[in-house]
Amino acid sequence: MSLVADDLHKRFGTIDAVAGVSIEAAPGAILGLLGPNGAGKSTTIGMLAGLIRPDRGSVRIGGQPLGRDADPIKRQLGLVPQELALLEELPARINLEVFGALYGLAGRLLDERVAAALELTGLADRAADPPREFSGGMKRRLNLACALLHRPAVLLLDEPTVGVDPQSRNAIFDMLENLRAAGHTLVYTTHYMEEVERLCDRVVIIDHGKVLAADTIARLVASAAPASRLRLEYDPPPDDAACAAVAALPGVRAVGLAGSTLTVTTAELGAVAPRVLECLAARGLSCRHLATQNANLEDVFLALTGRSLRDA
Amino acid sequence: MNTGWIAFRALIRKDVLAFVRDRRALIVSVLTPILIAAFFGYLFGGDREDAARGKMPVAVVDQDDSEVSRQVATGLAGEASLATERMDAVRARALVRQGKVRVAVVMPAGFGAAARSALFGGGQKPVVELLYDPSQSFARPVVEGLLTLHVMQTVTRQLFSANGSTTAIDATLADVRASDRLAPGMRSDLTKMLEAVREFQGRQPAPAAGAAPVGGMTVPFALSDVAVSAGPRYNGYAHSFAGMSVQFILFMGIDAGVGVLLMRQQGVWRRLRAAPVSRAVLLGARCAATTLIALGILTVVYLVAGLVFGVRVQGSALGFVAVAVSFALFTSATGLLIAALGRSLPATRGLSTFVVLILVMLGGAWVPSFVFPEWLQQATVFVPTRWAVDGLDAMTWRGLPLSAAIAPVAVLLGSSLAFALLALWRFDWDAD
Repeated sequence: MSLVADDLHKRFGTIDAVAGVSIEAAPGAILGLLGPNGAGKSTTIGMLAGLIRPDRGSVRIGGQPLGRDADPIKRQLGLVPQELALLEELPARINLEVFGALYGLAGRLLDERVAAALELTGLADRAADPPREFSGGMKRRLNLACALLHRPAVLLLDEPTVGVDPQSRNAIFDMLENLRAAGHTLVYTTHYMEEVERLCDRVVIIDHGKVLAADTIARLVASAAPASRLRLEYDPPPDDAACAAVAALPGVRAVGLAGSTLTVTTAELGAVAPRVLECLAARGLSCRHLATQNANLEDVFLALTGRSLRDA
Repeated sequence: MNTGWIAFRALIRKDVLAFVRDRRALIVSVLTPILIAAFFGYLFGGDREDAARGKMPVAVVDQDDSEVSRQVATGLAGEASLATERMDAVRARALVRQGKVRVAVVMPAGFGAAARSALFGGGQKPVVELLYDPSQSFARPVVEGLLTLHVMQTVTRQLFSANGSTTAIDATLADVRASDRLAPGMRSDLTKMLEAVREFQGRQPAPAAGAAPVGGMTVPFALSDVAVSAGPRYNGYAHSFAGMSVQFILFMGIDAGVGVLLMRQQGVWRRLRAAPVSRAVLLGARCAATTLIALGILTVVYLVAGLVFGVRVQGSALGFVAVAVSFALFTSATGLLIAALGRSLPATRGLSTFVVLILVMLGGAWVPSFVFPEWLQQATVFVPTRWAVDGLDAMTWRGLPLSAAIAPVAVLLGSSLAFALLALWRFDWDAD
């Protein structure tokens, strides 16, 4: 079942939190919403989940418009909130039973789904314990399981791995990949580029409430940031005059100095690397370490906004 | 099964389980009101048949040491409500100042003779000093009244007793004849009356040696105290349990309201709203759960009150249930209002607690409302908690019929409706 959002707008006071976001998520695929904190991702998810009424625009699930409150189409949606939205004092099993019942599950069907969810998340032996006694990773897995009980066709995940250890993160990623393989539609918001690169088939980059780009990762990187980076470590670091000399070399797009590391952006790595080394050697500087890096989503974001994703 | 009903039941179950599993909530909501009500109930006499309340400590300073002053001191010592002790003036003043004695009665030297002489206005009145603790000034008029009684009885007995002795009447006659305070006509009339009394006394045989004096003026009536309540005797615990139940159930209502704010903060509210459930189911389940918990607390508290402290529903059982249900609904509406108007958790909890304490204080849960100024007593008519306490009192120790529950139930249900409507109007659905 597809999810289509068309021209979503939401204004809070004088701030346009979301200004014309349109996305389309297809069954059997994971759509990544990538953007810095405050970009409008959570507000967008809120509108996609029927929690926030858009000022303008619409959301359709499987072609049907999404309403609010008791709209039956919401049964096709599952939401994994950014917060650990769990009943901390009640046992894990009760958590699952409550959130399952909210979607109409009852009786034997609910019992079966709860048992399956506990198995899936590896929490079967802790079913009687309250989440307040769980580790962060266990809580995250339970948080995810609560959204899966009713087997939604579309799953909205709002930064579901915040504060999770690598082992639990991998477990969550495995679960999401299984869901994708089973034909579910997943929308995954994060500001971690690595997660998007690992999981997502398509990416929508959002900043200041607007869509900056939307495509596959490979196409985004190819179209927006065809350059590679050359990282050179010097001790002592090059001075301003040396950096200016490097920037003036043919084929060099940008130069940056952070501590003793000089970063050179170029589209002609093979030709530019020897020129940079010669230029700095002529100034009496000898390179201690050299590394190259292909362009990634970080570069795409940098190219689109002029800012680093981590700094934004 | 209807999916809305499934969700409704699950949400109620969630809230009830969360309350039952929270030991702090259980202690605060159930154990604390029982303990405090037991304490206050004991102070107010409990259910003891003889109501053996504490005696008022009173010091008696007899600087006269006359027959009159000794008999007055003996009379005061015989009063059931007083615990008298004779001592000197310095110690009496010190004990009053320390709060160990409520009142000290200081009878000055010459008190007996002066009191007899002043009885008919002929002599100078002696001054009896009453030293009292200003923090417990209610004791002063009690002692003053008993002192007046015993002085009047003792002095008149001295004068009018037919005990064969005319010493006192002779001295009084001499005082009256010599008095320049009395008008000539009155002096003449009093002289004739006292001479007649002297003649009567002279004809009486002398009493046996050591016999107690008899006669004189006495209180010309007998008192029959009847505590008007439902049972054979008043159970002081009944009012305490009503007041403390109301207070601590309202505290639980605060927690229910603050719980919604907490759910918003933790993202649980967002998750609940993401489900295909209506607002009526979400808020209705919350209110229903709070109402059930309130009724549960009230049931447990009154069970203990009945089994351990002898509190009985001596009025209409149906009226008691109606008041209890109405108050439980009022509690849930209060919680809903807090959830709608509250902002930050600590501020909301603090402000709500303050408001509830004021409400229960004005409702007469702590101290009886009759100690309030008149205007405040009138004002508390608008305080729903007063109706809750009055309603529970009416159906328990006052033993009133169902009709007496109608007004409390109407006020509580009306207040609940008003609070609920205000809450729904102010509830911010989009806020997470």
